[in-house]
Amino acid sequence: MRKILEIIADLTPDVTQSGAEAYIVPRDKFNAAAKALKNEGVRLAAEWASDDTPFGEGFSVYAAYSAPKGYLVIRSKVPLEDQTFPSIVKKFTAARRFERQIHSLMGLTPINNPDLRPWIKHEDWPAGACPLRKTFDAREKLPRVEGSYGWARAEGEGVYEIAVGPVHAGVIEPGHFRFQSVGEDIINLETRFGYVHKGIEKRFEEMSWIEASRLAGRVSGDSTVAHQLAYCRAVEAAAGIRVPERAHWIRALMVEIERLANHLNDIGAISNDTAFSFLLYQFSILREKVLRASFEAFGHRLMMDRIVPGGVNSDLDGRAAKAILETIDNVSVEFERLVRIYEENPSVEDRVFGTGVLTPETATEIGAVGFVARSSGVRMDCRVDAPFPPYNRLSPRVTVLSSGDVHARTWVRIEEARESMRLVRGILEGMPAGPVSVSFSALEACSSGFSAVEGWRGEIIYWVQAGPDGSINRCMVRDPSSVNWLSIERAIKGNIVPDFPLCNKSFNQSYSGNDL
Amino acid sequence: MIKGKNTVEEAVSFTTLEVIADVLRNNPVMKTVKHNPVAGHVINWGRSSSLWPMMFGLACCAIEMISAACSRWDTDRLGVIYRPSPRQSDVMIVAGTMTKKIAPAVKRLYDQMAEPRWVIAQGGCASAGGPYNTYAVVQGTDLVVPVDVYIPGCPPRPDALLFGFLQLMEKIKKENPYILEQRRISG
Repeated sequence: MRKILEIIADLTPDVTQSGAEAYIVPRDKFNAAAKALKNEGVRLAAEWASDDTPFGEGFSVYAAYSAPKGYLVIRSKVPLEDQTFPSIVKKFTAARRFERQIHSLMGLTPINNPDLRPWIKHEDWPAGACPLRKTFDAREKLPRVEGSYGWARAEGEGVYEIAVGPVHAGVIEPGHFRFQSVGEDIINLETRFGYVHKGIEKRFEEMSWIEASRLAGRVSGDSTVAHQLAYCRAVEAAAGIRVPERAHWIRALMVEIERLANHLNDIGAISNDTAFSFLLYQFSILREKVLRASFEAFGHRLMMDRIVPGGVNSDLDGRAAKAILETIDNVSVEFERLVRIYEENPSVEDRVFGTGVLTPETATEIGAVGFVARSSGVRMDCRVDAPFPPYNRLSPRVTVLSSGDVHARTWVRIEEARESMRLVRGILEGMPAGPVSVSFSALEACSSGFSAVEGWRGEIIYWVQAGPDGSINRCMVRDPSSVNWLSIERAIKGNIVPDFPLCNKSFNQSYSGNDL
Repeated sequence: MIKGKNTVEEAVSFTTLEVIADVLRNNPVMKTVKHNPVAGHVINWGRSSSLWPMMFGLACCAIEMISAACSRWDTDRLGVIYRPSPRQSDVMIVAGTMTKKIAPAVKRLYDQMAEPRWVIAQGGCASAGGPYNTYAVVQGTDLVVPVDVYIPGCPPRPDALLFGFLQLMEKIKKENPYILEQRRISG
């Protein structure tokens, strides 16, 4: 990696960072680094900013890239007197929303970014209120101001607009979708989020390291285990502590159970959106069985708050392992029977094939992650690319399909559910004995850690930074939804309006994880 | 009130809400029914046995709300059937964190529901803001709409939601069934 970046003068390694290769480049070289990396075919994983005023400095802007041999974090310092940085949006499409978010919440201006409309923060908040700055009080009551949002417009004969949301007729979270269509055909979709912005990243900064793992588990409720795992791994990387082997295995077990439960739910829900509700109720029974087994084994249906910095807080006894194993045996038989029904039903087939196609080129361009990327021909899975125990021993099989339609996304889920069941069996079989946690108290001042974990939706990235007093100075969360929401805007073009719920369900991204 | 006329005959033309309300109030059948204590129980029993909640989720609690509605927990057997529109619903489940951004929409949905209507606040966030004491989150649903049942938990299990419904049913059975009828309907 260093070799690629050597064209940039003044490249210095960032010694405070752990968990990823890190360099500091001068601010005016921030986009030159992006250009060099883009030419190597590297993906932009995240872009964020931190307020370094507690260290007596200005701000920093970071870009995390996913390279074949691990992650790379490029940092540039932004002085207080000139709060701008060069935009990398021309190189990476995914940077569009990252930079809008930085602009809205941290108040740094990307130079040469054509789109600086507020993102997450809505126009009726005061323009000067930047919640992530240290000068902003987390309890501050913001006055409502007048403002307008510049929607993309389409005009012409027969073009009309449909506004959907923020409240939907199904059980999904709030978000606004605006379609321009001609007859039934969608010619453009613009999404707008921020309705579930809870100020999580700001809230992190008031918490202790241990307490914050509970908050991380609430960033996106259906992906609670993976979020807590990603947070804890970032903290552990920064603290330089080694987690006991058994804790790794229990963590992986929980991640796989979570993946299985969510995929089961989604396969049913996608079928339901083709008006085949039989499968929804059958799959929901399977999911319920899995959740009840997790309750039996870990004391919580969604396995919330089981992962803590330093390990896990609940050990697995023989009875619990048996409960999980029995459930998996039971579910796998029923699962295969239902998959055959899905496969052989012509009315489902008619709806899912060729609908909502996300081409491999687009998926690569926008930097899609998770099952969305894998169903569009992009081979990426953090369990394989950046493995931690036990994935280095069990080597998960990655399913990649290239058609990128609703069926591909369903089928990748089906294969991954099968694979998760195999992994759960493998983990229970090979689980080593030993302690499940080591003590953890605090981080060293000024240290920071980076981690990426494959949740059921895809790659979850956390980056934590300790302040001068060792408390949380910044905790950056990048849910897979932050990049994958772009893909639905691209995939929906040319489809008909009634297929939107089906496409949306096949992506099933988190609103909460995106808005934070 | 149209004085000195036979309101029933006048009202078949359904001129105004006022007239319709008048017919309902001054109907001789209604007057007799109202004085019968059994009729009150029957009305409340009917209302409590067919609670139709509006389906919309705000955050993680909605996951367990889905579980409660699906097979195994199956709220349908209690007469709890989810509806996709506020006009068809009489219970609102606030499932999850209510942000200041979505609060006006929640208020509007509540106003769109026909009376009598009830609200269940599911989970810590909906009850009191949960862990999010921040600039963006409403510190409890009751600051926006009146709440009948609070369900603690993060997230509450589906059986807790079912228990919440049972509590609401008990509450409805103790209500005055004619409280709305006594109120004036304005045109």
